[in-house]
Amino acid sequence: MLIKRPDDIAAAEITDESIYLGRRRLLRTLGLAGSALLVGCSQKQGDADAKTGTQADADASAILNLARKTDHANGEAQTSFKDATHYNNYYEFGTDKSDPAQNSSKFQPKPWSVEIAGHAEVTGNFTLEDILKDQSIEERVYRMRCVEGWSMVIPWAGFSLADLLKRFKPTAQAKYVAFTTVNRPAQMPGLSYAALDWPYREGLRIDEAMNPLALLATGMYGRELPNQNGAPLRLVLPWKYGFKGIKSIVKIEFVERQPRTSWNDAAANEYGFYSNVNPEVDHPRWSQKTERRIGAGGGLFAPRIETKPFNGYAEQVASLYSGMDLRQNF
Amino acid sequence: MWKPRDRAAALKPLVFLVCLAPITWLLWRLLNNDLGADPVAELEHRSGDWALRFLLITLAMTPLRRITGWAQWIRFRRMLGLFVFFYASVHLAVYLSLDLQGLWTQIFAEIIKRPYITVGFSAWLLLLPLTITSTKGMMRRLGRNWGRLHKLIYLIGVLAVLHFYWLVKKDVREPLIYAAVLTLLFALRLPWKRWLTAAKPVAPPRT
Repeated sequence: MLIKRPDDIAAAEITDESIYLGRRRLLRTLGLAGSALLVGCSQKQGDADAKTGTQADADASAILNLARKTDHANGEAQTSFKDATHYNNYYEFGTDKSDPAQNSSKFQPKPWSVEIAGHAEVTGNFTLEDILKDQSIEERVYRMRCVEGWSMVIPWAGFSLADLLKRFKPTAQAKYVAFTTVNRPAQMPGLSYAALDWPYREGLRIDEAMNPLALLATGMYGRELPNQNGAPLRLVLPWKYGFKGIKSIVKIEFVERQPRTSWNDAAANEYGFYSNVNPEVDHPRWSQKTERRIGAGGGLFAPRIETKPFNGYAEQVASLYSGMDLRQNF
Repeated sequence: MWKPRDRAAALKPLVFLVCLAPITWLLWRLLNNDLGADPVAELEHRSGDWALRFLLITLAMTPLRRITGWAQWIRFRRMLGLFVFFYASVHLAVYLSLDLQGLWTQIFAEIIKRPYITVGFSAWLLLLPLTITSTKGMMRRLGRNWGRLHKLIYLIGVLAVLHFYWLVKKDVREPLIYAAVLTLLFALRLPWKRWLTAAKPVAPPRT
């Protein structure tokens, strides 16, 4: 069910209470009287980012003009901006979940260009401005389920991947789409450790890529993407485990054969090419039946929630896999 | 001048307080809502870290005695060992009560099905007899068997490091550091002196 969110809700209004409290605590600890300093601060003010300097960068990010807002998460409470931007995986900035926010301030998402290659009538290098010129940016609230067993609800801003791909007129040979993340060791300290075979690569079958749910995101919480969340352009595939949502995309290639993907290369028995959220197929080392919702009401005592097939998006995507053995093609 | 024994006795309360610092810090962060986005995982991971660290510290007492020549290191061993049990129990309690709260079917399935949970849970189970027999009375009663029983700590160390190694997704650098320290602590226990002297010409047998 789509619940239309009134357009007049400002990004700041969906801020979690803990952030307001954190902000107050910060002011207290700094010993500053009055709230004068709050003026000009966005909702991301928190203890950690004030120290690391990412705050300034986040504040500089432009507020996006959103064409419309749709809720694809059944009205479930949204994760706070602070949690969604300070607790995530982006191994190019380090393998700890606090590393991306801490180590991404040097990253330069502008200027940006994306190489379009492979089986398509239109290929070449396109600037980000060019990529975005025909797209209207909309907000979509999606559930995000990490393969590690935690989940969030995030208001992304972006446009359907299909709308962009169609522009390049993929040919009949384009059976799959392969994506590559930027590789900049000087700006991405995590690249010095070969946690994965860099650069990060992901892929989709062309019909998966053309599914309307597949989102190319340029923002979240009404603003441009912060560096740590994959600026300036990333994929969001709410029915798949989070790692399929490749970040900071520099190359999109239309290919005939199933492309190799980073996590699948690293451990093929643990991370399949499809990696659709599936409570029936456990990770070899842990269960996928339930998940812990980050920032859920009840805090420490919030119960685990049941993981749904395709992360609750079966209605929109299950047909893509009809007739397939999902245990085999996990 | 104090005798070494007195010095160790005087230090004990201080060491005790230091051992409480990690849990105090965790509780402080908990009360201040400062455990990050996933407080349950944070409590789980930090209590697990400290259980493993105290295990390694406990295992360091015997080599320290040998290396420094100060025999009193051993007097801290029991207290440190009990802190291993304490932090491991906090770790397990957080997992059972906060992480998998109430999902008993899943708890049992996980303990049996997931090697890293099986191994971690076994390590905690093996700590139980060591904890129970840590009193002076038990030491007396068990006699020579006490030492034999407490050799279990070596196995527990291996299981605990394996538990850590198996649970990380990809970046095994941290568990490997613990594995290296454990290996070093094992290696220091080997009779190097005897082997080195054995390599030299054998002295005539004493009669």
